[in-house]
Amino acid sequence: MTASRGAGEAPLAGSAPLIDAHAHFYHAAAGRADWAEVNAARFRAGERIGITYHVASVLGSYGFSSPTYFPSPADVERGNDAMLEIATRDHDRVRMFTTVNPNYTDHTLREIERCTKRGAIGVKLLASRRADDPLLDPIAALAGERGLPVLHHIWQHRTREWPSQEISDGIDLSRLAERHPKTTFILAHIGGGGDYMHTFRAVADVPNVYPDLSGSGVDRGMLDAAVAALGADRLLWGCDLTMCTGLAKLRALDTIGLPAHEIEAIRWRNAARIFPPNSFERCTP
Amino acid sequence: MIDVNTFIGGYPFRHVPHPTPDALLRVLDREGLDGAWVGHLPTAFYRDPTLGNAELFALLQPFASRLHAVPAIRPDWPGWEAALREAKSAGSPAVRAYPTQWGLGPHDPRLRELAIAAGELGLSLVLTVRFEDLRQRHPLDAAGDLSAATVRSLARAGETVRLVVTAAGREMIEEVHWGLTPAEQRRVFWDISWIWGPPEDHLAKLFRTVGAERFVFGSQWPLRLTQAPRANLDLLPDDLRPASLGRV
Repeated sequence: MTASRGAGEAPLAGSAPLIDAHAHFYHAAAGRADWAEVNAARFRAGERIGITYHVASVLGSYGFSSPTYFPSPADVERGNDAMLEIATRDHDRVRMFTTVNPNYTDHTLREIERCTKRGAIGVKLLASRRADDPLLDPIAALAGERGLPVLHHIWQHRTREWPSQEISDGIDLSRLAERHPKTTFILAHIGGGGDYMHTFRAVADVPNVYPDLSGSGVDRGMLDAAVAALGADRLLWGCDLTMCTGLAKLRALDTIGLPAHEIEAIRWRNAARIFPPNSFERCTP
Repeated sequence: MIDVNTFIGGYPFRHVPHPTPDALLRVLDREGLDGAWVGHLPTAFYRDPTLGNAELFALLQPFASRLHAVPAIRPDWPGWEAALREAKSAGSPAVRAYPTQWGLGPHDPRLRELAIAAGELGLSLVLTVRFEDLRQRHPLDAAGDLSAATVRSLARAGETVRLVVTAAGREMIEEVHWGLTPAEQRRVFWDISWIWGPPEDHLAKLFRTVGAERFVFGSQWPLRLTQAPRANLDLLPDDLRPASLGRV
């Protein structure tokens, strides 16, 4: 059991709206006995922090029956089904990305349509194919047509191949984003490993790329540099797998002296702007 | 509460904003911390720590009531025993060692000698598992993470040994802790700067299994946000929120 908020206890990050643009949930076929406990921990910590909405995805079977970053079509569907169930059950606080593997183009496009009809508000791309690969074009095009942001897993500055992922960095994603200027891309977790300074330079002139702040990395100077390079209107708050660092970054945004409207932009307004209209009833611009 | 894992000075592989004693004092005030153990960051990468230690003591002297100098002692360097005694005389609560940066393997007898000698003087030995995430390191930053084997070896070196291991994650902590006898376990403290909170709740799990008394507050400022360990404590499960950290 993780932290919950007692009656009358204020959220740790204040009571203003807060959208976690990068969250994950688990399910029974994810190969871990504590999957429900971890999901419950996310909700309880979210309540304590003051998260209004978790925008989340399920990554196939998380390696149990196919690799996390290369999920089989069957695992993609099973994971999306599980995510649909969570998003439906907890509609007051959960929204959903449709996870896809672009190596299966037809399946991917069908899956986006299927899940979007049931309420998904974005597309989640893992590291199954380099971001600038032409196989991603029909996905980016469809997402653009439907107004769905594409959250792409990113390694901040790839200098070599790493096992278990076909990693992409800011330059790779920028190439895709430049080919699809009407599609919005969320560049995953600037704190999630690699050199974020490289990322800031790579995407600075690509206005349809929005980095999220999630990830375990809490380097001092990272947030200041992100705001300086991209401006608060290009950044999204998120936690990914470490909600403690998410809370720390919210507190740090206060500390570095951002004006209130810029903090609001990062907390929720940017997300409310780039996701389909009326995705977040409790966060009204 | 004391932050046992802070530094002043620059870092060779990236810019670090204002890593100065007065900035650290402001951070302590903001976070409600009583004081800090402070190392000299550049010295971790010097061959000879002597001048780095001298600079550390000089820079902290005006703030000595709250910022406690933790000099680096390199046990394969001539005269290290004298440097250790000087640290004790100067009032340091601990000394630092950087085995991987100095090329000292897990069972190096000189490291064990340092741990024993420091312990006999009542000084803790502070070890750093990592300064940065493996995935973002500069190509020249090839030292690698401190191994669990090194910590086990030092914890077994003698009864007086007291280790403060900083920037370790759950796996390493568990590997070391359950690879030691209960008496040896009591010689090791862990800072919480690199342990994750919810939803995986590593910190909570470690408090339940290893015991909160084996953990101390550490941030790795100025490399990392001081807000991170504080947030981690704030997000502990309700039944653990009153849990008291250890005292070194």
